Amino acid sequence: MKLLPRTKRTRAAALGAVALSGALVLSACGSDNNTGSGAGGAQEDGASDIKCDDAKGQLLASGSSAQKNAVDQWVKDYTAACSGVTVNYKATGSGAGIQEFLQGKTGFAGSDSALKPDEVTQSKKVCKGGQGINLPMVGGPIAVGFNVDGVDKLTLDADTLAQIFAGKIKTWDDAAIKKLNPDADLPDTKIQPVSRSDESGTTDNFTSYLADAAPKAWPHEPGKKWPIQGGQSADGSSGVSSQVKQTSGAISYFELSYAHANSIKTVDIDTGSGDPVEATTANASKAIAAAKVTGKGKDLAMELDYATKEPGAYPITLLTYEIACDTGNKKDSLAAVKSFLTYTASDKGQDVLNDLGYAPLPNEIQGKVQDVVESLS
Amino acid sequence: MTATTMTPADRADHLGIHQPRLPKWGPAVIAAGSAAVAIAIGLVAGLQSKIQWGLIAAILFVIGQYVIASRVEGRRQAKDRLATALVWVAFLLAVVPLASLIYETIARGIKVLNGYFLTHSMNGVVTIQPGGGVYHALLGTIEQVAIATLIAAPIGLLTAIYLVEYGKGKLAKAVTFFVDVMTGIPSIVAGLFILSVWIMMLGFGYSGFAGSLALAILMMPTVVRSTEEMLKLVPNELREASYALGVPKWKTILKVVLPTSIGGITTGVMLSIARITGETAPLLLLVFGNPMINNNPFEGAQASLPLYIYEQWANGNEASYDRAWAAALVLIAFVMILNLVARGIARWKSPKTGR
Amino acid sequence: MTTDIRTPAPPPPQAPKAQPGHLTSAKGTGRLGDKIFLGFSRGAGITLLVLMGAIAVFLTIRAVMALSKNEGNFFTTFEWNANSTPPVFGIAVLAFGTIVSSIIAMLIAVPIAVAIALFITHYAPRKLATPIAYVIDLLAAIPSIVYGLWGALFLVPHLTGVYKWLDSWLGWTVVFSYDGGAARSLMTVGILLAIMILPIITNVSREVFAQAPKMHEEAALALGATRWEVIRTAVLPFGRSGVISASMLGLGRALGETMAVATVLSPSAILSAKILEPGGGTFAQNIASAFKEAGEFGRDALIASGLVLFVITLLVNGAARLIIARRKEYSGANG
Repeated sequence: MKLLPRTKRTRAAALGAVALSGALVLSACGSDNNTGSGAGGAQEDGASDIKCDDAKGQLLASGSSAQKNAVDQWVKDYTAACSGVTVNYKATGSGAGIQEFLQGKTGFAGSDSALKPDEVTQSKKVCKGGQGINLPMVGGPIAVGFNVDGVDKLTLDADTLAQIFAGKIKTWDDAAIKKLNPDADLPDTKIQPVSRSDESGTTDNFTSYLADAAPKAWPHEPGKKWPIQGGQSADGSSGVSSQVKQTSGAISYFELSYAHANSIKTVDIDTGSGDPVEATTANASKAIAAAKVTGKGKDLAMELDYATKEPGAYPITLLTYEIACDTGNKKDSLAAVKSFLTYTASDKGQDVLNDLGYAPLPNEIQGKVQDVVESLS
Repeated sequence: MTATTMTPADRADHLGIHQPRLPKWGPAVIAAGSAAVAIAIGLVAGLQSKIQWGLIAAILFVIGQYVIASRVEGRRQAKDRLATALVWVAFLLAVVPLASLIYETIARGIKVLNGYFLTHSMNGVVTIQPGGGVYHALLGTIEQVAIATLIAAPIGLLTAIYLVEYGKGKLAKAVTFFVDVMTGIPSIVAGLFILSVWIMMLGFGYSGFAGSLALAILMMPTVVRSTEEMLKLVPNELREASYALGVPKWKTILKVVLPTSIGGITTGVMLSIARITGETAPLLLLVFGNPMINNNPFEGAQASLPLYIYEQWANGNEASYDRAWAAALVLIAFVMILNLVARGIARWKSPKTGR
Repeated sequence: MTTDIRTPAPPPPQAPKAQPGHLTSAKGTGRLGDKIFLGFSRGAGITLLVLMGAIAVFLTIRAVMALSKNEGNFFTTFEWNANSTPPVFGIAVLAFGTIVSSIIAMLIAVPIAVAIALFITHYAPRKLATPIAYVIDLLAAIPSIVYGLWGALFLVPHLTGVYKWLDSWLGWTVVFSYDGGAARSLMTVGILLAIMILPIITNVSREVFAQAPKMHEEAALALGATRWEVIRTAVLPFGRSGVISASMLGLGRALGETMAVATVLSPSAILSAKILEPGGGTFAQNIASAFKEAGEFGRDALIASGLVLFVITLLVNGAARLIIARRKEYSGANG
């Protein structure tokens, strides 16, 4: 490199040296180990129960933001036990998760709604010799969170909810709300319903509930995309919950764990069965226990009865699935997928759910899931 | 001019060409007065937002300044006062949000920013809980920006040399024009381009390198522009002297032109590095994000600092907001240091062009 | 100077300055080293051209693939449902939102930026002027995601009061009617964009104003002009084209800004003149938010919208460059 002028050469060398040493210093002092931090390091004793088998490398997964808080905890406990594996779950939303799974970019997808028939067809491309199957893994109530000054407890029924979200009921002191809450001190604040701007299984479940339980007030087809344009919207359960937290008069729907994380008050649902039902994991479990498996073979897709009148069963319940191939999973991630899902479906894995605002699977379903996970190949 | 004891001002008054002026402390008093009135209005009307108070004060100040000045000094002076008032108000209006931005970032970012935050990744951190750090993102950003620089700087430099030293004719004109146009490419479009070629057509996965490619596209035109300006500053006499000694053109460029302008060029390159360091949009499409440390920019999803801020913001809870602010502080500090160093180099090297 | 100070003549056109490098040998000396070096540098220039061409070509190919299957009219459809079967998507809302938010940003930023530039060059005490200019220079480097974070967590909550105020005074115009929710509207986006592009416009304008011929200003002062009259007659006319091109550069950035919009706006597929109400979208914001749930086809659709954005910014930037080029010609600003 005689051609380079000396000044430039030395400077280039100096810059290079600085950059290189900087990078070296950086890569020497960084750490992936966060076990000493945070509040949730309680699973130490459970670590030994996790079977790592020969799982290695990085497991890439994405999907439902509804189950993110559960998956975060699972990943934390799982990777604490299996040092050879890292799990990267990105809460991009169910639609995105399925897309990425169908493109073969991820090992499994998390989704709030089961694969649609044409998605199953598409999955045959990725799953060599098999197809994508739905494994119910996490259940939970979809809480209707609200932020109204001076109101701690609020009861609503499906009709009122539908009218609020459709924009028909505009203020908090509306007669319909007053009737359900005779004791509450309702202000004349405008109601700000916040909807999801992205496609989402939560929206799918919530609109299914409105359509089933209040067909008159809610004429829209249930679907992943919020059917009404305009009004406040935000991205992800985290986005809508933070909007409710920030905006006085806001109301929205998201998983109970987000309500807990942001200390948002939730609505009790009057199902017509007597006492209003609070959004709790126990009440959601009752609804899930009543659900029927509709999937065939290894596919464990389930159907919930949103119009349920069973006493104490919280009707707006969500069941999220992990989606993987029954056979033909990618070779480099199969072991990791299997061992991770084995852990999540185990008693230990399901036990952590309650604290996070999710409902564990009923025993019968859990058993079936464990069997199917065992057979993945 | 009857009396010899008159001061010039007296004389001016006497001749009638000196208009009455507001005293020097006039504007300050009017400003204080309008602020006080604005606060009073704000308190009485119960306006919660401090922004409103400020706006009311600003409007009162501008109007007060104009009315009083036009009473005392006449219309022309009043207009001048009005313009001055408007300029000051505009300046303050602009300073407030920018100052608030810096203040908020520092005040909220400092909360969780510490050695642990800088040296740990987000691996296994439950997002609704505090903890974790930014190390993996910082590393990713440094690697991605370094690769982008390695790609963009040589191409940009050579293009600039071509334009200044050789450029003539249609090709040079076309390059000049398109470099200008390229400066304005929205970063998300650069991201889409790499997405369509690198990931969708060639089938590569998400990686830090894909992000680097998009960043390189954004960096090239700015490098060309700044280098061009610097090369143009090199006096022609230097080149002529070199040619006169029989030195070939390429050697003249390498040995005379470049060393003369190296300070400015380095500054330009560093400023464009600072610019691309903060880019988020293309990375959102190309590097996927990753809570863990991934040392290899060529393989697998990587994190990046701007993307990390976005992700943490999107998590939507207090613990994540704290991390987002802290990461924003780290990012601003990083970019500012690059800027300051670049400007330092420019100052240190600047006398050279004057030779 | 006998010219009327109100219409200062542009500096007399100078003989075009010889460009550096061309004085002696245009093509070098024909030596091997020269040929190689020329080859490299020309190659780099060509690479850039090819890259620009490739961007246009690839985006177009992808866009055409998407458009051929679109069931809606690309230019008039409101919603963006590229993933549904059949796909229906259009850019009406996005184009509207992009243009409206950019116009708001320009309306706010340009006057303020010009004022700040004047403040630095003509009003501020000397001691203050340099540091202020320096700080504003630095502010141009703050990453957009930080503006976005600040916008979402600080600006939005602080704007509701201002909007209520606007509503009570100007609500009858419909444009400024406001319902009282979170201020996540096109107006907020415009304000945030204005804050972001302020440093750029200020910097360029400042440089232009600083170049205004001192002679004209002094002549005006000598005639008894006030400071404002000096500026109006000697500085602003000189700087007009510079300010225009600076504004265009700012506009280019505002049009393509992604993260700051994605964090602040509450998106939905409606076209509404009520700019204080939530809703709407921009090209870049839509790409960022819809990308993650887009399949292969959805991505093509997003690329189609990106192509439109690309063309718009090309036009804006091209126009800015032409104005700058014209100005350079007669000011002889070449070092």
